[in-house]
Amino acid sequence: MSALADASADQEQAAGWAYRLAAEFGQFRGAGSVVARNGLAARRGLPVLLSGFFEPLFYLLSLGTGIGVLVGGVEYGGKSFSYQEFIAPALLAASAMNGAVADSTFNVFWKLKYARVYDGMLATPLGPRAVAAGEICWALLRGAGYATAFLLILLVAGYVQSWWAVLAVPAATLVGLAFAGAGMAATTFMRSWQDFDLVHLVVLPLLLLSTTFYPLSTYPQPFGVLVQLTPLYHGVELERALVLGTMDASAVVHVLYLLVLGTAGLLMAGRRLERLLLS
Amino acid sequence: MIGRASVPRSTTEGEPDDVTVRKRVPHRTDGGEAARARAHQPETDSDPDVLISARGLTKEFGDFVAVDGIDIDVRRGEAFGFLGPNGAGKSSTMRMIGCVSPLTEGSLTLFGMDPEADGPAIRGRLGVVPQKDLLDEELTVRENLLVYGRYFGLSRSVVAGRADELLRFAQLSDRADSPVEPLSGGMKRRLTIARALINAPEILLLDEPTTGLDPQARHVLWDRLYRLKQQGVTLVLTTHYMDEAEQLCDRLVVMDGGRIVAEGSPRELIERYSSREVVEVRYPDFDLEPHRDQLDLGDLAERVEVLPDRLLIYTHDGDAVSRIVDQSPDRPVSVLVRRSSLEDVFLQLTGRSLAG
Ligand SMILES: Nc1ncnc2c1ncn2[C@@H]1O[C@H](COP(=O)(O)OP(=O)(O)OP(=O)(O)O)[C@@H](O)[C@H]1O
Ligand SMILES: [Mg+2]
Repeated sequence: MSALADASADQEQAAGWAYRLAAEFGQFRGAGSVVARNGLAARRGLPVLLSGFFEPLFYLLSLGTGIGVLVGGVEYGGKSFSYQEFIAPALLAASAMNGAVADSTFNVFWKLKYARVYDGMLATPLGPRAVAAGEICWALLRGAGYATAFLLILLVAGYVQSWWAVLAVPAATLVGLAFAGAGMAATTFMRSWQDFDLVHLVVLPLLLLSTTFYPLSTYPQPFGVLVQLTPLYHGVELERALVLGTMDASAVVHVLYLLVLGTAGLLMAGRRLERLLLS
Repeated sequence: MIGRASVPRSTTEGEPDDVTVRKRVPHRTDGGEAARARAHQPETDSDPDVLISARGLTKEFGDFVAVDGIDIDVRRGEAFGFLGPNGAGKSSTMRMIGCVSPLTEGSLTLFGMDPEADGPAIRGRLGVVPQKDLLDEELTVRENLLVYGRYFGLSRSVVAGRADELLRFAQLSDRADSPVEPLSGGMKRRLTIARALINAPEILLLDEPTTGLDPQARHVLWDRLYRLKQQGVTLVLTTHYMDEAEQLCDRLVVMDGGRIVAEGSPRELIERYSSREVVEVRYPDFDLEPHRDQLDLGDLAERVEVLPDRLLIYTHDGDAVSRIVDQSPDRPVSVLVRRSSLEDVFLQLTGRSLAG
């Protein structure tokens, strides 16, 4: 008898959990309509859209050919690569970061404080989590588009060394997730445009120092360790492993790091939007 | 034609409210434990015709009490108004009803549901016209409607059909593909109202729908709102304007300092808090107290109010008063007899005039 009661209590508890889990995920519902809205709005901003595509190309052409002539080859993962080959996958990660940061900071701040787009959204069944998820998904979608184009260029140029490279675009999207999540969360704390100087202050060193342009072995300690703690490093290393075919177990760490950062950012952004707009 | 009567509520999978409503039904009908467990909910919850019910509704911002324990019930099909001066707490109340602002204290139910638990389901059945338009300026007029409909989870085809209807309703069909930014204030207001109707809401919340519009645009809007009401949409609106409240509202509350100071139909309020007629008297000078003291109106004047520029004499017989005033030795520059209005009610209730 009591075993039966226990079982039904267990069942009830399980149902309660299932319900709560469903409710948690239900809060992301409708994010697609936010993505669709951004797609419509973006049609009028095509030049801005294209800039995200040319940026990594410029880096590759200028630094790649310039420094490439001086440097010659780079030893990486026990193999040797040309300098262009070495920085190309890193630029894939870096441009994913740049695109995600631009979308999730400047654009989100504008919509939050000036265009007040989110106030309108929250008067509908959409909740703050759906809004945050929609914005971040949009950043990812754009990022995936750029990454695909850039990867094709690398393929044609002969810089792709491995079949793992089919995962290079999903990986770039993951980098985008990490930075869009973190960027949007940070944006909800910004009070004015001045605060965006901080964004540059973070993004530029990340771009230059995350083993993007030279391998980890060239960094003096303890900077090497410090670099390994930053997010773009994990993105760069992941892309290199995929494109250059130097895959090993450390990829798991890279993926987890980026996934955790992105998810935490997304949840934080949702909560902050709620605090700011539903007062 | 727009509204529940003519646009059938869609049955697309994107409408979470239906599910929730069904889930809630047993609560209301079994009348047992479950219903009693929801003791924080007001009695009227059991009456399905009461769509909005608030008890002790309170909103504080820090130490400041913006809404101070108000009770309201709004029934299906009614036009309900909040009337009050700047800072009375009208918008704060509307935001709570719109489920975008949590209550500090008290209880609130819409459609028998609790905003905290069922906010999305409730918002799916509301149309909201906020005090500021907040249109999406990166989109065109039509896109504003299409995109907004998608936020409600409505299918593309449903939204497209309604958007065309609503553009006609708002007289914006010829501007459908124009950006929002260059529209006039009145056009933007009409678009905001059209946008709020995209989900065929059962309740339309309008925060100062006609503020900033010229008289003609205002009358067009009143006409549109009247038609919606005819179609069974419940209207909840705020206004500074007495004539608007008189035109649109079946019932209203007068708010001041976060509290309700009077409640009733416009007629009832006028009968209770004012007289049948008002005589407005102006003099060449603005030192009005002596003029008042000199008038000998006896029982005719129920009350005399001294405003900065005129005297208001509240009376059941305006003509009799105006004859006496005309013949008085102080020689007024103008004497006007008019029906008493909500403005007079407000003056009586708060001692201040309601400057729009
Ligand atoms: N987010 C907020 N934070 C702090 N105070 C607020 C906030 N929103 C409103 N208030 C205060 O609450 C009071 C009521 O404001 P509310 O906007 O509800 O008034 P209202 O009746 O709509 O006035 P109006 O006719 O000017 O629109 C005001 O004193 C206002 O300053
Ligand atoms: Mg207001």
